[in-house]
Amino acid sequence: MSETATEAVEGVESGVHEAPTLISCECEDVAEQAVSPDGIALWKKLVLIAGAVAAWVILYRMLTPISEWMAYGLIGLTEGSHLAEAIWFFIYEVPKVLMLLAAVVFGVGIVRTFFTPERTRAMLAGRAQGIANGLAAILGVVTPFCSCSAVPLFIGFVEAGVPLGVTLSFLISAPMVNEVALVLLFGLVGWQVAVIYLVSGLALAIAAGWLIGRLGMESEVEDWVYQVEMGEQQDTRGTLTWSERINQGMVALRDIFGRVWLYVVIGIAVGAGIHGYVPEAAMARIMGADAWWSVPAAVLIAVPMYSNAVGVIPVVEALLGKGAALGTVLGFMMSVIALSLPEGIILRKVLKPKLIAVFFGTVAVGIVATGFLFNALNLAVSVAP
Amino acid sequence: MKIQILGTGCPKCQKLAANAKKAVEVSGVGAEIEKVEKLPEIMEFGVMSTPALAVNGEVKAAGKVLSVDQIEDLLKEA
Repeated sequence: MSETATEAVEGVESGVHEAPTLISCECEDVAEQAVSPDGIALWKKLVLIAGAVAAWVILYRMLTPISEWMAYGLIGLTEGSHLAEAIWFFIYEVPKVLMLLAAVVFGVGIVRTFFTPERTRAMLAGRAQGIANGLAAILGVVTPFCSCSAVPLFIGFVEAGVPLGVTLSFLISAPMVNEVALVLLFGLVGWQVAVIYLVSGLALAIAAGWLIGRLGMESEVEDWVYQVEMGEQQDTRGTLTWSERINQGMVALRDIFGRVWLYVVIGIAVGAGIHGYVPEAAMARIMGADAWWSVPAAVLIAVPMYSNAVGVIPVVEALLGKGAALGTVLGFMMSVIALSLPEGIILRKVLKPKLIAVFFGTVAVGIVATGFLFNALNLAVSVAP
Repeated sequence: MKIQILGTGCPKCQKLAANAKKAVEVSGVGAEIEKVEKLPEIMEFGVMSTPALAVNGEVKAAGKVLSVDQIEDLLKEA
């Protein structure tokens, strides 16, 4: 290696050593545990799954009557009182959301067994921009990806000849279009908002990635990235049998559910408080569609907030129910997830400050534009119980 | 036998290293455990997801935290 390259690498190495504990690995939607084969026959597993699905459907349909009975009959709350509203909300939403979460995490866990970062990389390698951005955004949703792997993945993509803009499309959609977030939106707010979130998230990833790609900022990638010599690609997983895929789904379920459920419950508790105690339309004045500045303000407020994206959603639902405008709330949610300081710190290892600024700036503008768009459409969102 | 844990030091990498250490103790196999934390060296292994585990230079798992039992199995195979 030339002297400057060696210095560059050493500079990065010391940077990496200085901040290992800052790297919080956000893998809220990816299983961490490896799967071992077991001796159980496939048909037995399928029977179990069929049984579980049936039980799930039956229980789900009974949630409203059961929760009403518990809140008003069993505990004896007065219908219409603040406390009753809050508690009923909590009793109803917690099992509902947890059941949806379990179903989706299991299903997506199985879908994810068909995708690996290595395969995604192979699919995107050398493709010209445009359609590749679309492909990258969609793959970002289904490829298992943790933010602590962002740097190796970035290097891997660059080495394979994936254009910068395409890589960024992937990096935008992967954390933001998160199936856990989608299921929560679906369960708490309604399928329309979930679909809107999905579509606008993908559109944002595609547009922002493509736009940055057109700016020709390859020189703003840290030099050492281009100098790293990557070994031969390892696809350690090989092809899985369906029995193993089901196991992987179960592992994902235990793993992710186990990490996330408490945040969901806390988030719903906060949402319940808002639901019960904050007066109707209280939010409309500060977060309503008429307050044009509410969208950029919401996006800005969300930047320093990187919480678990999951916990935010019940609050989102309660806000919407109290008259906050859809665009403002969506902008807030996307911003919490997509523009985060930890991610910025991680990306700083591979992107020079100028490119990071352009990256975050473009995504922020895109989110604000999305927020304005949905406010302008003035969609009446009925918050679905 | 040489075990290498590839990762930049995030909690998952530390967990994998701890599991590997335990597996080596439990199985009684004589193995040296090395943590590879520098990115250029990690990339030489061709992995894109950390943490990863390599036995005698060959990558056995990437992007996952293997349990103590699973690592023991790998040690027996090698």
